[in-house]
Amino acid sequence: MKLKKVLSLALGVTMAMTTFVGCGSNAKSNETSSKMAEGAAEGKESVDIKDMNPEDVTGEINFITHRTDLTDTLIQEYITEFNKEYPNVKVNVEGITNYQDDIKVRMSTTEYGDVLMLPDVNKNEYSNFFLPLGTVDELSQSYRDVQGKSFEGDVYGIASMLTAPGVLYNKKVFEAAGITDIPKTPDEFLAAMQKIKDNTDAIPYYTNYVAQWTLTQWEANRCAYGDPKVLINMSHDNAPFAQGTVHYEIYKLMYDLVKQGLVEDDPMSTDWESSKQMIADGQIATMVLGEWAVSQVKALAANPDDIGYMPFPITAPDGKQYAEIASDFAYCINKNTKCPEAALAFLWWMVEKSGYAQHEDGIPTQIDADYPEALKTFEDAGVQFISVTPAPAGEEDLFDNIDNGSEVGTWQPKWKLTMVEAALGNRSETYDEICNQMNADWAASRAELKKKNN
Amino acid sequence: MSIIATVKSKKVVDYKKQRQREKNITIITFTCIPLVLLILFSFIPLGSMFYYGLTSWNGTAPNKEFVGFQNYVTIFTKPEYFEVFKVSIYYFVGSFVQLALALYFATILTSGVRYQNLFKGFLFFPYLINGVAIGFIFLYCLKQGGTLDIILTKIGLGSLIQKWLGNAKIINYSMAGVSIWRYMGNNLIMFIGAIQSISDEIYEAAELDGASRWQQFKYIIMPSIKRIVQLNLLLAINGALAVFEIPYVMLQGANGSKTFVIQTIETAFQFKKVGLGSAMGIVLLMIVVVIAIIQNVFFKEEEAEMYD
Repeated sequence: MKLKKVLSLALGVTMAMTTFVGCGSNAKSNETSSKMAEGAAEGKESVDIKDMNPEDVTGEINFITHRTDLTDTLIQEYITEFNKEYPNVKVNVEGITNYQDDIKVRMSTTEYGDVLMLPDVNKNEYSNFFLPLGTVDELSQSYRDVQGKSFEGDVYGIASMLTAPGVLYNKKVFEAAGITDIPKTPDEFLAAMQKIKDNTDAIPYYTNYVAQWTLTQWEANRCAYGDPKVLINMSHDNAPFAQGTVHYEIYKLMYDLVKQGLVEDDPMSTDWESSKQMIADGQIATMVLGEWAVSQVKALAANPDDIGYMPFPITAPDGKQYAEIASDFAYCINKNTKCPEAALAFLWWMVEKSGYAQHEDGIPTQIDADYPEALKTFEDAGVQFISVTPAPAGEEDLFDNIDNGSEVGTWQPKWKLTMVEAALGNRSETYDEICNQMNADWAASRAELKKKNN
Repeated sequence: MSIIATVKSKKVVDYKKQRQREKNITIITFTCIPLVLLILFSFIPLGSMFYYGLTSWNGTAPNKEFVGFQNYVTIFTKPEYFEVFKVSIYYFVGSFVQLALALYFATILTSGVRYQNLFKGFLFFPYLINGVAIGFIFLYCLKQGGTLDIILTKIGLGSLIQKWLGNAKIINYSMAGVSIWRYMGNNLIMFIGAIQSISDEIYEAAELDGASRWQQFKYIIMPSIKRIVQLNLLLAINGALAVFEIPYVMLQGANGSKTFVIQTIETAFQFKKVGLGSAMGIVLLMIVVVIAIIQNVFFKEEEAEMYD
């Protein structure tokens, strides 16, 4: 009997909830949603959720994130905080491990959450999937890198944080090896790694070959020659990997590290998860990773101050060092959301008030916020921060189309794996031969695209 | 009398009709669910895959540009797409080792050794484990300083240690070895089933005639299970062409372990060429179908010979 009562009560409550859970903002609801729709249709204007009374925003939204490690912890704390301000919005969290691939499959339906992380779809497809959040002109005054996530003047994603590329290193190992100055050029870096090999038991550089995506982290240094137009120039170049280009120099360092035996004995036996602990413990000296890795490794270290982050060891021909500031995953909103106001409220709260960037040692999205402590070495070394210039109108997808068409994949592991294999002697090609092949594929893809467009 | 007879015969006809109808209903209801599943999850996806293969779709764009057979031309003219079939040779050769081992164990386990069910269980067990789990088990087993290296060192064979995954000349042997370990149990069970269907009297007669174990195997077991061996061979060829789980889970096809299926996935999803990737899937399907047809023709000819 008791059970039956409980059941019927539960049923009643659920039914009541389904009746009452809807979206909107009470009185303003109709007005704002029509304005929303209008804005979306014109692609120019969107509702300013910040002007609304938080208590008027209601609804239930799903937040899909790539941070599967945080869904039960940090993100729950954020939701609790968010609900203090917006008590009538219920946020459900879902984490996806293989985010980029899985979310794209789900995007063939309308059910891909309300707030999600912007996947790497072509920019001209943004408006098929996501709500515009505002114009570039308007949002670029308060937030960093809005242009990178925009199409034809409309912004579709706001970065959760930004990062600068560099090298994660263990200061203790550097000390033990007798390295006093932070290396600034590939040659200095190689010499420093040799010192570590000779004077300590640590692995100088850890490739993390098995994880594969770890090799693509090198690509973040594409602006190391101080050229913010690097992508535009590559789109109009038949040999962007020729000797003397920034790409040639970056990956030459990777090749040389492996070739000179300054890496682990068997790259095919590496393990990403344990590598974080190993660098924290001083068994590994350096790894090329994004800034996001700093806080993760510091959390594992007995003494967090041992973990340092230095600029990538390349000096531009003009004698300066440069680092590109680029956004990490960006928040965006499903075009099919039933609760646009609740979704917008959550998105802006995450960007402005969550403190996620500070927690991750990343660069906050707001323009007026300070750089994180981890980038102190960059500022001391006089590194200039630049962001990549977005492609001009009409060429937004040109780079991606050449990149995918040629299967060079600047952000894919394919050729980087080939380089490591060649440096190990598992393949017969030399570094220059690999670069020539990439150039040839790149040029062929450009020619094919030109033919198609004519 | 006659009236009664006609009524009776009419009733019988009615019964027969009704029975036939009931039978039909039963057949239809029982086959309709599997048919719906088959159509829904095999034929419709196959149809749309064939269609995607004729377009240059990137996987997300709303418009799918029709390019005809351009994708197939690309596959057959660019060697890098076809080269990866070389890797399948390792698995194909490995499958002979696998069949030989399975046959060997099947013969032993049906000859009345003690604890045969226990051994059968041990040998069949790997086939029950999920392929992803097997990939991880062997990633840790074969990596430098992993389980295999530790065991070799412990039993004094440390000098034999190789970079099982790091050496590009060895990696495909290692992976084919894992594949043998995984699938041998399945062949074993099929062989045991076939061998057990041979009547005991034949063995007894053979024993009375003084036939040795080897002679029994050669003249009794082998001819009786020929069909099953052929079937397994066909499965082995298909398996070798479509190898995926083990090299993908272990190294994502790196260091020269890339197979055609991994190449397909890379093309479709990393480089956003879903159209081309679908065409590659169709090509693989065609190859498998052709092999099946050849095998069938071969079987039929043999059958015809048998009756001659």
